[in-house]
Amino acid sequence: MNSAAKAIRQAEADGRAALICYLPVGYPSVEASVDLIHGLIRGGADIIELGLPYSDPVMDGPVIAQAATAALAVGTRVDDVFNVVAEVAPSGVPIEVMTYYNPVFRRGVDRFAEELAAAGGAGLITPDLIPEEAGEWIDAADRLGLDKVFLVAPSSSDKRLALTAAACRGFTYAASTMGVTGARQSLSGSARPLVDRTRWAGAELVCVGVGVSTPRQAHEVAAFADGVIVGSALVRLAGSGGDLEGFVQQLRQAVKK
Amino acid sequence: MTGQPGPYFGPYGGRFVPEALIAALDELAEAYQTASQDPSFQRELFGLLTSYAGRPTPLTEVPRFAAVARLLAETPGPVDVRAVLARTSAPGPRVFLKREDLAHTGSHKINNVLGQALLTKRLGKPRVIAETGAGQHGVATATAAALMGLECVIYMGEEDTRRQALNVARMRLLGAEVVSVETGSKTLKDAINEALRDWVTNAERTNYVFGTAAGPHPFPSMVRDFQSVIGREARAQILQLTGRLPDAVAACVGGGSNSIGLFSGFWDDSAVALRGYEAGGRGVASGQHAATLVAGSPGTLHGAKSYLLQDSDGQTIESHSVSAGLDYPGVGPQHAYLKDTGRAVYAAISDTEAMDAFRWLTLTEGIMPAIESAHALAGTIKLVGQLGPEAVIVTCLSGRGDKDVETAARWFEL
Repeated sequence: MNSAAKAIRQAEADGRAALICYLPVGYPSVEASVDLIHGLIRGGADIIELGLPYSDPVMDGPVIAQAATAALAVGTRVDDVFNVVAEVAPSGVPIEVMTYYNPVFRRGVDRFAEELAAAGGAGLITPDLIPEEAGEWIDAADRLGLDKVFLVAPSSSDKRLALTAAACRGFTYAASTMGVTGARQSLSGSARPLVDRTRWAGAELVCVGVGVSTPRQAHEVAAFADGVIVGSALVRLAGSGGDLEGFVQQLRQAVKK
Repeated sequence: MTGQPGPYFGPYGGRFVPEALIAALDELAEAYQTASQDPSFQRELFGLLTSYAGRPTPLTEVPRFAAVARLLAETPGPVDVRAVLARTSAPGPRVFLKREDLAHTGSHKINNVLGQALLTKRLGKPRVIAETGAGQHGVATATAAALMGLECVIYMGEEDTRRQALNVARMRLLGAEVVSVETGSKTLKDAINEALRDWVTNAERTNYVFGTAAGPHPFPSMVRDFQSVIGREARAQILQLTGRLPDAVAACVGGGSNSIGLFSGFWDDSAVALRGYEAGGRGVASGQHAATLVAGSPGTLHGAKSYLLQDSDGQTIESHSVSAGLDYPGVGPQHAYLKDTGRAVYAAISDTEAMDAFRWLTLTEGIMPAIESAHALAGTIKLVGQLGPEAVIVTCLSGRGDKDVETAARWFEL
């Protein structure tokens, strides 16, 4: 089992924050996304956040939402996500599947978790699932040793930060700003205080995403977080056929402490 | 059942939303809890409902429509309109319409919006957002925003802005910004997604005035409570008019706010049948419909666990209905629970059945219903055939049909 925590600790030992790179399965096609993810790994991603395209992605801004629509339009299925996990997992890089809850619920939480584990996936990142609603998933993940990554936000109370941090395994995902995924001109001022508050609330490892899109922003985040999560900027490059691997190399340089 | 506070109704309900929204939902739930026990809030809301929205709305008996319904139920196949109209003195069940079409802005939506707009003021937030399908909730929200001096942004699917152009103009005249949503199926579902994205971003100064008894807690119970005035009034009125409770109450179900409001007045009266009518579109077998409870399955959408239209991967399936207000692949969690427990029974009404009922009510009673409400009328026609001649039926006429004249004119090739 490749766990995110192990990868983050290893990055820390190398003197940098972990680099977590997001791409959705099926964009622009299932076959292409396997190659693109191998490109992320060659470029130096420590952890892959693999998106399961969903019809109603309320936490996502236009870039990722449109990629999900396109992925579904070419017929991407949940089975494809498990197949891609199985193809990429032997690289040794932990694969966290980012999915809204309904595809998990629909398949059956236990069955979904078992198929993910069998494919070699590390765990799930669940953007519309709070720990209070996640009992079934938490039980399945605990039984199978899968990572459970829940999100915290600048609006989270200290009580909720503690509750969420305690429910996470792998890392706690701090959304840097109030809003949906997508590039921002500059890093939100709420990112650092949120990471600090989340640590005080008991989180061991805190990674920052939402609104981190440039090497400069990644460098800023690396100064105070355990990991840097980049999504929309990579999705845009994947869509335009840009140099994904080269960009990931730049990010990898940038996350040095 | 009455007044269940949520967040759960049996296995349904909950809060399946990004963590970023939890603080705003907690804040709203707490403000609502406080307000619902505060006599001054209740007085203020009651004052607006009576002096501004025109409540109580009447309960109108429609004997000519009831007689036609009986004849239609007895006559398989096409009927001669003039022959039917000539025979409307035939005896049969009595049908009463709860006239939400006569409420200010032309539908029941104003009941809920006035309550949520007052809450917005209490929260000290200067801005409201809302989704809308047919435009009725958008118009109501824009109206309350104008009344109370709130900024207002309405999200509406691009397809709906075309089929409900009149309501788009109304909202703009009321000072609201109308955002045409061009993602996904470009209808109500996607308008809700976009409104949720706005709320995640702007929750600090924005309240989301949700239009139906769905979504994350506290919306299902809060919207139900604000709409329960429909059922409360209807129950008192039917007792006064007939001296008895009805055999059945009927309403259309999209997200389910007018129906939950009507049902809430009667669900403790176990002898009163609760009947909900969903949009069957081109027929449930065609796959092109919005009959979520009839043909959907449990899952999560827009923040709640309930029934929805979805494929085997859990992807939402696009709905279809001639009625923009019912064109929604989800439904409120309390309806899911009412269905599973058998307390309410739901059926699908096709586009054709709804449009026929639209025409029958207009021709026999001079009341032009919204196409949404026409689904409840088509259901009522079926009920008339099922219930005995002594039966009494109360049907919610949730809105008026002015906004649908263009659609109806095209449908009937006038």
